Amino acid sequence: MKTLAELQAIRDRMKSQMASRGTDADDIRIVVGMATCGIAAGARPVLNAIVEEVENRKLTNVKVTQTGCIGMCKLEPLVDVIMPGSEKVTYVHVTPEKARRIIASHVVNGNVVTEYTVDGEKA
Amino acid sequence: MEELALNILDIACNSVTAKASLIEIGITVDTKADRLCITISDNGKGMEGELLKKVADPFATTRTTRKVGMGIPLFKMAALSADGEFEIDSKLGVGTKTSASFKLSHIDRVPLGDLPSTMVTLIGAAQSADIVLRYRVDDREFVFDTREIKAVLDGVDINESEIIVWLKEMMKENIMMINGGLAI
Repeated sequence: MKTLAELQAIRDRMKSQMASRGTDADDIRIVVGMATCGIAAGARPVLNAIVEEVENRKLTNVKVTQTGCIGMCKLEPLVDVIMPGSEKVTYVHVTPEKARRIIASHVVNGNVVTEYTVDGEKA
Repeated sequence: MEELALNILDIACNSVTAKASLIEIGITVDTKADRLCITISDNGKGMEGELLKKVADPFATTRTTRKVGMGIPLFKMAALSADGEFEIDSKLGVGTKTSASFKLSHIDRVPLGDLPSTMVTLIGAAQSADIVLRYRVDDREFVFDTREIKAVLDGVDINESEIIVWLKEMMKENIMMINGGLAI
């Protein structure tokens, strides 16, 4: 069983790491749409897969956040990736598998997965 | 929605939109009475009577109330199709309470689903709001309270990926133990 002592140990380790981290401006942001439309389309497992992948790869410069409905309900689940100094990239019809590939290719290596974007799906 | 946990996430997101600082989720399973009850209450801004009358009916929702949308009707439908009841109470400036009950063994009762995933997703959506989960099966209870977790974290962000992954595992273990082999 997990205990609060374990959580305390994680906290202490994170506190000592935080001192060596860069500023928020250097962070990569991943935003997942989480309104009724997104949730019904499968956004929750997508978000959870992203958080787990960020944790497994120890990507401390990545911030994962949520947003409401942005009016493209039929393309949900929607995921935005915002790299510092670059245009936002919006991925559509994202699944947990696609999300893991987006992290490996785009977030880690800087290569946009064009086939999962709105334009890529049309092509 | 394929899981009641998704309805819970959706309704609780309304509490975040209503600027609640505390969101309380209660899930009570009574196997003898064959009932499952779910309540989501918040101390957000609440709704005035006219809006409150309309929120459970998707076709009466006017465009100005559109951000309420389909979430509440979907939750209500899930309860009513499983021999259950649905109620939403709200007071301007006080908060909102949504309750749904279900016949546990009803063939059309949607499974509860992945509650830990809903909880960690909600923690991510909630920003500074605190969340309490009271999960009860007969006389066994698990209480999760982000205020307790934040006290332990002492300033470390609860939304750090490593913390979220740990919290999800912790809730999974506890809920499994409370269920005691029961599939809910």
